[in-house]
Amino acid sequence: MSDITKQSLTELVENIKNKKLSSTDVTKAFIERSEKSKELNAYITEDFTSALDKAKKFDQKPNLDLKLPGIPMAVKDLFCTNNVKTTAGSKILDNFVPTYESTVTENIWKEGAILLGKLNCDEFAMGSSNETSFFGNVQNPVDRDLVPGGSSGGSASAVAGQLTPITIGTDTGGSIRQPASFTGTVGLKPTYGSCSRYGIVAFASSLDQAGPMAQNVKDCALLQEVISTYDPKDSTSIDFKRNQYSKELTNNIKGKKIGIPKEYRVDGMPKEIEDLWQKGIQYVKDCGAQTIDISLPHTSYALPTYYIVAPAEASSNLARYDGVKYGFRAKGENLIDMYEKTRSEGFGAEVQRRIMIGTYVLSSGYYDAYYLKAQKVRKLIKNDFDEAYKKVDAILTPSTPSSAFKIGEKTNDPVSMYLNDIFTVPVNLAGLPGISIPAGHDSKGYPLGLQIIGKAFDEQNILNIAFAMEEKINFKNKITDWWIK
Amino acid sequence: MSIDLKTIKHISKLSRISVDEKRAEKLAGDLNSIFDFIEKLNELKTDNVEPLTSVAETTLKLRPDEVKSKNIREQIVKNSPQDNEDYFVVPKVIE
Repeated sequence: MSDITKQSLTELVENIKNKKLSSTDVTKAFIERSEKSKELNAYITEDFTSALDKAKKFDQKPNLDLKLPGIPMAVKDLFCTNNVKTTAGSKILDNFVPTYESTVTENIWKEGAILLGKLNCDEFAMGSSNETSFFGNVQNPVDRDLVPGGSSGGSASAVAGQLTPITIGTDTGGSIRQPASFTGTVGLKPTYGSCSRYGIVAFASSLDQAGPMAQNVKDCALLQEVISTYDPKDSTSIDFKRNQYSKELTNNIKGKKIGIPKEYRVDGMPKEIEDLWQKGIQYVKDCGAQTIDISLPHTSYALPTYYIVAPAEASSNLARYDGVKYGFRAKGENLIDMYEKTRSEGFGAEVQRRIMIGTYVLSSGYYDAYYLKAQKVRKLIKNDFDEAYKKVDAILTPSTPSSAFKIGEKTNDPVSMYLNDIFTVPVNLAGLPGISIPAGHDSKGYPLGLQIIGKAFDEQNILNIAFAMEEKINFKNKITDWWIK
Repeated sequence: MSIDLKTIKHISKLSRISVDEKRAEKLAGDLNSIFDFIEKLNELKTDNVEPLTSVAETTLKLRPDEVKSKNIREQIVKNSPQDNEDYFVVPKVIE
């Protein structure tokens, strides 16, 4: 079967279960395509030989009751994988080989999946274009020299380019949903506390969540079902009744109330985005849902709040990279000199910038004015959502204020780069689930996404709405394989 | 507000990231534009608002205080840039 890599995860699982395909067939097909796709620079570390061994082993004694039987899968290089190098896209972890496995990846392997390799991302997940990675830019399969978004840029590129049937990313301010939107794929950021953070290289601990990135909503639901578990090793993991998301998936959303927040109509938003949003509103109405105008009055304060809270937490989390216990070490005249040179040479420019912002807002004399203030505004932002959810079941917005941009276009202006996450950041601050689905193309033929935001722990509901909309939208990604010679 | 070179040097020291003159100037420019953007928060009155420290509305669970990992000494030093026996090695601290 030459079209193996074109199949969705759900199809591949079915074909392996029906013995129409073996794990070796599938694994080989994705490895071959990945080998031909080096120009995308989606991988940081390939683990192909070992993947093929594992596939052969699986086929000798296949357990077809598993949810991901013998399915090969590459994952973002922010998840610690036992004995496989984990860099977080940084020079400072260039030689780091974990001796333990993240809970999320452990859950995936337990269900029969096989690691293909580790995917490129912005350094420590700090970026919206994958341009801060120590391992170079990632190409968007949609067009040459187009960013795939970030920080899960390698993940988005690998799914859109069919280098992996599905993947996982992490989302602190939009790092799953924005790249999904830029590449015409589906990305879910689960409720904070749904997926364990154990073994994920930490960026901003009160915001970080792992989540699936897929070609369609059903695949996304299936992977969410696998990765979302209560984990005592993460003190913020929440013990709630998790659905069988893929089994319970339905396109019946009749009578659902969908909120349309007026504050997301931001100044300077391209008409194409507004038109897409209006189309989305029509789609949910066509599905029998009702739309209601709502207000989230503190929306415009979300990004400034985020750029205090996230760097503050990052500056604390990244204090561990000191050249002593693991990772890169620079030579220094004494201990302090060694620390300072290690961190100056080991971290890239954006990470240094954020550590310094974070250090400043937490420093003596500025803590109340910045950090405490931001935590208070964060409360107001969460209150906005709590109020809205008294009237509606979910909220529909655009995923991003524009389509993907060219590599190098925004690297010189940090604030314009940060504005990419204007529609996704509030969701992280409030700890809610959000999903981005491809919903159309702009005049250049680049994909555009719509975001559905749910109540906390209501992943099933937003997956259902996304599933119903997906059917109506009937999106086709225009991938020409331009990078394959 | 304005972040000057002296402040950048101070933050660089607190962050344990050495910064040369040229880089310090670039950082001052970047941080000033970022803080201009952050200043927007001052439009809001928040005197009576409770700060939100965690969105996970859960209390920490108690568990028995038991050792779970056995003899992982080798694993702990495995990734260190320099070690000696079971110790991390750093530049000389006491003369």
